[in-house]
Amino acid sequence: MPVKTEVKQLVAAKTGNEAMAEAMRQIDPDVVAAYPITPATEIAQIFSSFVADGQVNTEMVTVESEHSALSACVGSAAAGARAMTATAAQGLMLMAEIMPIAAALRLPIVMPEVNRAISGPINIHCDHSDTMFCRDAGWIQIFSENTQEAYDNVLQAVRIAEHAKVRLPALVTTDGFIISHAMETIKILPDDEAKAFIGAYKANYSVLDAAHPITVGSIDLQNYYFEHRLPMINALKEAKAVIKQVGREFGEKYGRPYDLLEKYRMDDAETAIVCLGSTAGTAKDVVDALRDEGQKAGLLKIRVFRPFPVEDIAAVLAGLKAVAVLDRSDSLNGYGGPVFTEVCSALFNSIQKPKIVNYIYGLGGRDIDLHMLKSVYDRLASIKDGQDLGTIVDYLGARK
Amino acid sequence: MADTIEIRWHGRGGQGAKTAALLVADAAIATGKLAQAFPEYGPERMGAPVKAFNRISGQEIRVHCAVEHPSIVLVLDETLVDSVNVLEGLPENGTIIINTEKKPEEYRQKLNFPGNIFTVDASGIALKNIGLNKPNTPMLGALVKATGILDYEKMLADTAHKLQKKFKNKPEVIEGNVKAIKDAYEEVSK
Repeated sequence: MPVKTEVKQLVAAKTGNEAMAEAMRQIDPDVVAAYPITPATEIAQIFSSFVADGQVNTEMVTVESEHSALSACVGSAAAGARAMTATAAQGLMLMAEIMPIAAALRLPIVMPEVNRAISGPINIHCDHSDTMFCRDAGWIQIFSENTQEAYDNVLQAVRIAEHAKVRLPALVTTDGFIISHAMETIKILPDDEAKAFIGAYKANYSVLDAAHPITVGSIDLQNYYFEHRLPMINALKEAKAVIKQVGREFGEKYGRPYDLLEKYRMDDAETAIVCLGSTAGTAKDVVDALRDEGQKAGLLKIRVFRPFPVEDIAAVLAGLKAVAVLDRSDSLNGYGGPVFTEVCSALFNSIQKPKIVNYIYGLGGRDIDLHMLKSVYDRLASIKDGQDLGTIVDYLGARK
Repeated sequence: MADTIEIRWHGRGGQGAKTAALLVADAAIATGKLAQAFPEYGPERMGAPVKAFNRISGQEIRVHCAVEHPSIVLVLDETLVDSVNVLEGLPENGTIIINTEKKPEEYRQKLNFPGNIFTVDASGIALKNIGLNKPNTPMLGALVKATGILDYEKMLADTAHKLQKKFKNKPEVIEGNVKAIKDAYEEVSK
């Protein structure tokens, strides 16, 4: 719930891409290396105008590919710079080789990323296939419901990624076109307040520090590779508490608190949809309408998918009667979506657990409207008290 | 959602339907309302039918799906009336504003629509004032006159301000657009 804040914030009309570029302007990173790709192009494009107009002190590197963009970020971050880039879909896939390296080198690069379907066929619209493809790269993944969250999440991501217990790269996503190109009303922090919130960056190491020579990117075989992966694995676990703490502090200071999850009307809920990103906003209106009819419906929005909030999800969902997990991508595992399988896994060891079904929806930008979400809640109402589960994994809004 | 005004724009790629929607949202937000503007199709597809949407409300707007039941429809290219159902989801007491040289009566018969029909020669106004067939900004003037959803003076001021940022080095474009909005505001007819 919004709390009173004394910080005077600027109310502005911004698209998701503009909001993320605005956060980058306030962050004023040492290095931004980027390559254009729809629907993320505007982020680096708008930011490059800040560079050209002297509003930031950033070294802007225009590279020949996304692979180079992230490589330039890794190189500069290893030299101690605060580095950022932005991309989507095929661009993210081209970065995929470098992403785990950035994580393993514990470089807190922050990347605004616009969720877009991956080829093929070629499609430029929203789904989560790109981000899910990179879910095991060691990056923190934060999903934004709207343009306000896109802005707030980029600022928080810097704090989270650079935290001493984390030191990991972070992705902040918006839904392609639905948020990236949608203008909404947002509140922007004063520049000095945003800068104070993220704080100064002090890198753990610099490959250019001649007084303390180090090797970066060395070979590491059977004898120590395992031990050198464990700190990264643990950092992702530690990140959960840090993300909560940063989200709480953001709420106390600016009136918009954040957590790993957002629970909407879940206190006495019997049924719930679990989803990520912009769909959560639409689902809130559906929940309100169902509540007005007396149905005990709720919504669980997963804001942070990596690290996966196993404990929190199990705690929220275990007592429910029926849950539908909505996935805007398919795992192509011959079963269901990535959010579904992980939510099921989170609940497996709970003594009590709900009936749970999966809907793959919105691939390639297929619209998800109020009626479709209502139909999911209707199904949950019909299965919650005993009736057969029916099809476990279904395809919402696809022609049969 | 009850007190949310929903608008749908029909145009062809390149006519500025999306930009018009952005300008409406920007002006609404500048006058203290909450608003959304978003395109159905992201990238420009020159000449192809495109849609853009607005929601304007006094409350937080959370939905992120296409507008299904607009109360206002704007048509930037009248040839779309023959190929797209521009009345889809528009209630019988809704409002449609068409960029055309024709009188509203002609469209009342053609559309068989009992609601409010407004017409304005936005293309002619744009050609006269801007020198290009960019009917999107004049349609803003027609929209505000026809529906009163925004304060006219504040919308003019905010749009001029927004255009100043976009066309820093072309003051004549800003003046032309402002004049086009004013002309359309005066000329739109019911």
